[in-house]
Amino acid sequence: MSDAHNNDDHGGELVPNEPIPDPGLPEHTWRPTDVDPAKERRAELQVVAFFGLSAVSTILFAVAYFTLDIGDNWHVVGGFGASTMALGGTLGLALLFIGIGIIHWARKLMGDVEISELRHPARSSDEDREGTLQALAAGLEESGIGRRPLIRNSLIGAVGLLGVPTVVMLRDLGPLPVDKLYHTIWGDGTAEHPMRIVRDGIWTPILASDLEIGDLVNCQPDALHNPERYDIDPAEVEGIALQVHKSKASLILLRMSPGDIKPGKDAKGESRENWTHEGIVAYSKICTHVGCPISLNERTTHHLLCPCHQSTFDLSDSGKVVFGPAGRPLPQLPITVDSEGYLVAQSDFDEPVGPSFWERDYYER
Amino acid sequence: MSVDVSKVASTNGSTPATPQGPKAAGAIANWADERLGLGTAMKKNLRKVFPDHWSFMLGEIALWSFVVLLLTGTFLTLWFDPSMTEVYYNGSYDPLRGVHMSSAMASTLDISFDVRGGLLVRQMHHWAAAIFVASMMIHLMRVYFTGAFRKPRELNWVIGCLLLLLGTIEGFTGYSLPDDLLSGTGVRAADGFMKASPVVGTYMSFFIFGGEFPGDSIIPRFYMAHILLLPALILALIAAHMLLLVYHKHTQWPGPGRTEENVVGYPMLPVYMAKAGGFFFIVFGVIALMGGLFSINAVWKYGPYDPSKVTAGSQPDWYMGWPDGLLRIIPAWETHIWGITLSWNVMLPILVAPPLFLMILIALPFLEAWITGDKREHHLLQRPRDVPTRTAIMVALMTFYGLSWAAGGNDIIAIKMHLSINQITYFMRAAVFIGPVIAFIIARRWCISLQRHSDEKLLHGFESGVLVRSPEGAYAEKHLPLPESQAYAITARDRDPVPETDEEIDAMGLPARQTRIRKIRAKLARLFFADNVQKPTAAELHDAQHHAEHELHELDSQIEAGPNRHGPTEGH
Amino acid sequence: MRLLNRSAGRLSRHRRGPIAGVLVLLCGLLLTGGLYAALAPAQADDDADNAALVQEGRELFLVGCAFCHGQNGEGVLTQGGSQYGPALTDVGEAAVDFQVGTGRMPMAQPGSQAPRKEVVYTEEEIAALAAYVGSLGTGPTIPDGELYDPETVPEDEWNEYVVRGGQIFLANCTACHNFEGSGGAMPRGGYAPKIRDVDPKHIYEAMLTGPQSMDTFSDGNIPPDDKKAVIAYLTTLNEAPSYSGFTFGGLGPVSEGIIAWLVGLGGLVGFAVWIAAHTTRSSKKKDEAAA
Repeated sequence: MSDAHNNDDHGGELVPNEPIPDPGLPEHTWRPTDVDPAKERRAELQVVAFFGLSAVSTILFAVAYFTLDIGDNWHVVGGFGASTMALGGTLGLALLFIGIGIIHWARKLMGDVEISELRHPARSSDEDREGTLQALAAGLEESGIGRRPLIRNSLIGAVGLLGVPTVVMLRDLGPLPVDKLYHTIWGDGTAEHPMRIVRDGIWTPILASDLEIGDLVNCQPDALHNPERYDIDPAEVEGIALQVHKSKASLILLRMSPGDIKPGKDAKGESRENWTHEGIVAYSKICTHVGCPISLNERTTHHLLCPCHQSTFDLSDSGKVVFGPAGRPLPQLPITVDSEGYLVAQSDFDEPVGPSFWERDYYER
Repeated sequence: MSVDVSKVASTNGSTPATPQGPKAAGAIANWADERLGLGTAMKKNLRKVFPDHWSFMLGEIALWSFVVLLLTGTFLTLWFDPSMTEVYYNGSYDPLRGVHMSSAMASTLDISFDVRGGLLVRQMHHWAAAIFVASMMIHLMRVYFTGAFRKPRELNWVIGCLLLLLGTIEGFTGYSLPDDLLSGTGVRAADGFMKASPVVGTYMSFFIFGGEFPGDSIIPRFYMAHILLLPALILALIAAHMLLLVYHKHTQWPGPGRTEENVVGYPMLPVYMAKAGGFFFIVFGVIALMGGLFSINAVWKYGPYDPSKVTAGSQPDWYMGWPDGLLRIIPAWETHIWGITLSWNVMLPILVAPPLFLMILIALPFLEAWITGDKREHHLLQRPRDVPTRTAIMVALMTFYGLSWAAGGNDIIAIKMHLSINQITYFMRAAVFIGPVIAFIIARRWCISLQRHSDEKLLHGFESGVLVRSPEGAYAEKHLPLPESQAYAITARDRDPVPETDEEIDAMGLPARQTRIRKIRAKLARLFFADNVQKPTAAELHDAQHHAEHELHELDSQIEAGPNRHGPTEGH
Repeated sequence: MRLLNRSAGRLSRHRRGPIAGVLVLLCGLLLTGGLYAALAPAQADDDADNAALVQEGRELFLVGCAFCHGQNGEGVLTQGGSQYGPALTDVGEAAVDFQVGTGRMPMAQPGSQAPRKEVVYTEEEIAALAAYVGSLGTGPTIPDGELYDPETVPEDEWNEYVVRGGQIFLANCTACHNFEGSGGAMPRGGYAPKIRDVDPKHIYEAMLTGPQSMDTFSDGNIPPDDKKAVIAYLTTLNEAPSYSGFTFGGLGPVSEGIIAWLVGLGGLVGFAVWIAAHTTRSSKKKDEAAA
């Protein structure tokens, strides 16, 4: 075989040595519906029946629309919302029956003699090309664009500059980042009332003594619910502002045996041993990979898993990454208790929380 | 071939199509033609021929599901409020009553619980989106595997790839609109992707979100893109895609009477009109049934987006699954140098891999044409087995895609198959590189052995299933020659060109640079065609058939000699 | 709950003989609910009975649990230093009631993940085991029905409970257990189990004691009333109709993607095959038929 084709011509030419000549289109054969009037009639009735079934389904759709309740009093059938199922079922069947009927009609009754149509090459004829080139040349010549390069170049320059408004006008899409990513509402610890840590969704402050070893608390800063205590304008913790704060300040609080904690170093290279309170540690809840909130903690290992991309952090060891794609440890929040025994933040995180970005720095724990 | 038009079902009429409608219709047609000149355009196209094959209808699924998307999407805009203004939900769904949420989420809940049929249409819209992207992908695979992308259709291939990209972005923006917990988590991840971009990352994030994440602009902006910008682009590209299809005429499978110069099939009017129109109703109907019976994106269970909440099984829709999978399996690569951060762990899977993948897809037709040096127009399709290297390339790409995709569901795989998420991740890190190579080799060899099988059938006939016992007691299966039409279809393909040898290139006396490029090309061509089985020449086929006939004759005479009563041991 | 322990203790005294075993089982089934309500007011503290119950539990413990957890519940270390079975000295009655009451204990083999399976001990035996382990040290006791039973939520406050519980559920539970309580994956082959259709008492005990690798949600972490609100939300989730149709396990976009491909696209390609398939042919010619 492989020897044989070496004798053939090169370069993708059609080889004259075809093993089998083209037998040409086979003779047309007829369908039962073409030759048997009874079958033809039956097929016709089948098509009509499909269209009829469709009409019935459509009527049932209208009936279901007006009889099945939603809102406060959903009709329920077999544990399912009756309205959705009935409307979808009847509409689906109404459409399907029309489609099936039409296809059946086409397959059984419409002419099915195959037709052969000639193709034409995609390119235009040489004659047309010639004409086009001539027209182009004449047009260009008359415009004089080739002879007057000054006009041409200044036009290109002017039109090119029009890109500037397009870019400039997008400037007001949003403000510049400045240093917003570096600060959260936890504050710098100099305020009159240190920021209390409160339970997320319950919004009550946490007595350190109330927590048991093994407890995990999802937390927020108290200011989000109680801004007046911290001299914060309530408008700053409402609506979107609230979401912005939450997306940076959300916290995971964990109580473990104090002996389990390996204190790392902070940004200044000093030990973090006084960042915890009696085995209670606090870490940012925002993953350092792309920013999903994480709270899938294994009590026995203190490993915290992100449900989005499975980065795993060791909360007993400065939040270091033990598995997965995240490239940085979770930021830790230094905590202590206030005079009433409630957990508070000593200061803000000492690095930006959330996903990495170009301008940010890094330090070893 | 001339056709006797009188021989069609009588309901179809036996008289030639001449305008014979009522006078009013004729008058309208005349009015329109005098202004639009439709007659000429329609004369050409009304009876335009389309070949019939199920695989030619995959793109149609995409087209019709897009129409369903337009219809259902328009319905949804009547109630959806693309605003991030905070409201207290006060609708019918009790477990969220009184909860703070954006207007977008609240209006999504209203559509689901207080608009009759709203939940149905929402689910139809979502299912149609999933099917839209899926059907574009299998359409793309069909076009690639059969060589339908070759000249003159390369540009339509490029348009198709762009449609796939736009469809994916359109899907992602739509998925984000309800502002529920799942979609918000996706948007948060998108914010992370933007911030990971070198130099401009944080600026991009602040501009697109209109401030710090989540801001109050992202939903309205996505909404604009989702209902205006992207659909307009998609529509324009679909129009171009279809126009080119009509201009080039559809490709067809080789067979008796089907050549590079013609197209054989049924006319647009009435058969294709009916089949395409009927398929529209079927696609619409299947999507309506799915919307009614199958739950998708139950936003009320996720609750409104809250940056402090998350759910296990946080996944994007399926078409974003494979970059998400790469995000999951990439090691923790970040470079910290001179006070700046380069997040390879985000850039490689999201900012590099998907654009690169798309670029490879777009380049495939041009690469193949360059390697094979093929500049002819092609309108006959090729069986995947007949171009083993091409088939193997797509299988390798599909394997890469499939493995990355599976990695995107690693948590679900872990709980459903009782595996360790860590082990799956380690496995996938290697598999996305090794898997495609293995798949390439297997697919290529498989194709070549299928080629041999076809060749075998051509030369020695097919296995008839009739067993014959010889006088010696040996059993043999009777092989019968293939029917002529089948045999012709197998041979109606080109022989592979023979690539130039290095000596031939040297002998051309080209400049050094050109010689080098030409040698690389020739080497790639040799690899591309290596081990392919060529169809037999006329002489070979004749010899083989003669031999087969002889064998058949012998077998027949043995059968005629009657059953062998001597037993197999005689003579041994 | 203490009252239930007492009645269980009385019955279990007779469980030596083979017939007694069957009897205990039958009585247990019949009386569990009834006795609790009927006998509750009549019971006063009775140290002697309690001691008997503890003794009973110790005997069961030595047979069924001591191999991994040690003769006195002090835990067993392997040679490698890891735990074969952890110490049970301070886990409390609630942990035993949860672990044994959901069939997680006794385990078929040691491991960090204890799968839920069929319960092997009777209610009375569980009570005895709980009493014994509770007597070893501190730890949460079996919660009172008032604390967890969603039935005890006043009708007019029900919706407020459900809404509050839903928000607490989404903040604390969905990360591991999924938005519909369908469960999720944890590191190294672990998983957070499905929590739909679980007895409210066991949900409450799980929050209280943190079974296996789960964190604890002690009363200082999530107050009892908020725990009840979570249970109320889960009850609603169980009872609410599926407004949107079949849910395919409530696993989110992965299962939806599979359905879109297999059912949606698979079905449509099937239709395409039908549309393009050749119709049956007749051997007759048109002219012959007409003749």
